[in-house]
Amino acid sequence: MTPSPSTQRTRVAHRALRPAAWAAVTATAVFALTACGGGSDPLAENSGDAASGGSSDAVTVGSADFPESQVIAELYAGVLRDAGVTVETKPGIGAREAYVGAVKDGSVDVVPDYSGNLLLFADKDATAASAEDIMKALPSALEGQQLSVLDPSRAENKDALVVTQATAEKYGLTSIEDLSSVCGDLVMAGPPEFQERAYGVDGLKQKYDCSFKSFQPINDGGGPLTVQALTQDDAQVADIFTTTPAIQDQHLTVLEDPKNNFIAQQVLPLTAPDRLPQNAVDALNEFSTKLTTQDLIDLNRKVSGDQQQNPADAAKQWLSDHGYEKAS
Amino acid sequence: MNLFSEAAQFLTDPANWSGATGIPQRLLEHVGYSLLTMGIALAIAVPLGLWVGHTRRGGGVIVGLAGALRSLPTLGLLTLFTLLMGLGLMPPILALVLLAIPPILSGTYSGVAAVSPALVDAARSMGMTEGQVLTRVEIPVALPVILGGIRNAALQVLATVTIVAYINLGGLGRYLIDGLAVRDYARMLASVVLVAVLALAADALLALVQRLVTSPGLRLAGDRP
Repeated sequence: MTPSPSTQRTRVAHRALRPAAWAAVTATAVFALTACGGGSDPLAENSGDAASGGSSDAVTVGSADFPESQVIAELYAGVLRDAGVTVETKPGIGAREAYVGAVKDGSVDVVPDYSGNLLLFADKDATAASAEDIMKALPSALEGQQLSVLDPSRAENKDALVVTQATAEKYGLTSIEDLSSVCGDLVMAGPPEFQERAYGVDGLKQKYDCSFKSFQPINDGGGPLTVQALTQDDAQVADIFTTTPAIQDQHLTVLEDPKNNFIAQQVLPLTAPDRLPQNAVDALNEFSTKLTTQDLIDLNRKVSGDQQQNPADAAKQWLSDHGYEKAS
Repeated sequence: MNLFSEAAQFLTDPANWSGATGIPQRLLEHVGYSLLTMGIALAIAVPLGLWVGHTRRGGGVIVGLAGALRSLPTLGLLTLFTLLMGLGLMPPILALVLLAIPPILSGTYSGVAAVSPALVDAARSMGMTEGQVLTRVEIPVALPVILGGIRNAALQVLATVTIVAYINLGGLGRYLIDGLAVRDYARMLASVVLVAVLALAADALLALVQRLVTSPGLRLAGDRP
């Protein structure tokens, strides 16, 4: 029996459709996979790239989803390129849960992190507070999770009590200890969680016997509104991150914290054991001896201030200033 | 389910019903900010809407202005005004007033403008002054629409007053913002429930007022067209 013209046409059409249909099916499957991953585990979408990232010689540098982390990641990338390592970057992965997972599953090889918060993430009962104690506790806390860290830098981004220069001079303040006698006369501003976290209002009371006249919650994470509360004297003390450019721009005084109420947060590379080649490890360790908190303030100003540079451009300038000629 | 039971626990915990951070105090603050906002917005938008509706001049400008104001994000305005004026009560209230003006303004304007010209002409031919035409004819006839705009504004304000907790003010938004800061989702849910209940209660009250002040003549006309 000969097929009727209409059947024939259908068959031809069917055959012609086949590649397109396969593409559609594949696309749907990939989409469904990533969509599932998005729901239960934000890392799943990276796992597809894991094989390609891990199997090639390239080192993949990731970052968290905020500008400072992206700049440091660009610095890592530049330093590694300068050492002759092939580098891929994967900026803005997400919060710590997300990028730690990416390092574990191999889709990212190294990512900048902060020592104190990383320790608390790996071991939420950890009590280490000083920079040294945290670096002592960190390797063993990470070991069980197939993670490791390289040498820490001096650069730190952590909560700090900050006052204006005028307030510092008026009361002779250089450290939180100097505050304790005048706390009752001062108003403090900070993010709302400061009222409830262990390092917050209660921590200051226990460690430094300091209870402020009042606490004013301002929900911009130590941003412009918090700085303004200080400069307009609506508050005399504020909780602001140590790498905020306003500290320099407004000549604010960061009070020392000798009792480690705010645990140390040194910037350091998070990676996995034996993931990086030795020359990459050496290059990153050498870089960490150079990075300072002041550098982070300058870099933050470049990416988030009036200049609005992208993280890669801001990093490039620092790298060429510090002798990394082959960084790009 | 867990989240809902935790939120219920928050709402029924006696410790949360007293003191400077308790629910009654936050509720009072919330209502206070809302009344202040509505008072200022009414004082600006109602006379302006009446004037434009009565004279039928500048209607296009009002519609455009109200539309433009509606598109401004209130949280952005709050931040902007606070940066310009410093911390305090007025910057966020100002941002909220700009939120409340458009519905009141367009309700008042369109309500008055929609009064039948024949009715207005009849009032004039009876010898009423312009003021009398406005207060004795146009406002009573337009009142249901005007109050509709006010109800709309009140709902928006009650819901949006939560954002004043973004800076150092109180209100029920305190539970929302503070809860988010420490990932306490039950507290956030409790805050949202409280705001929703408050908004529904306020809307019911305003609906009652709307019904009571509507002229019997209009209601009759509505019932038997």
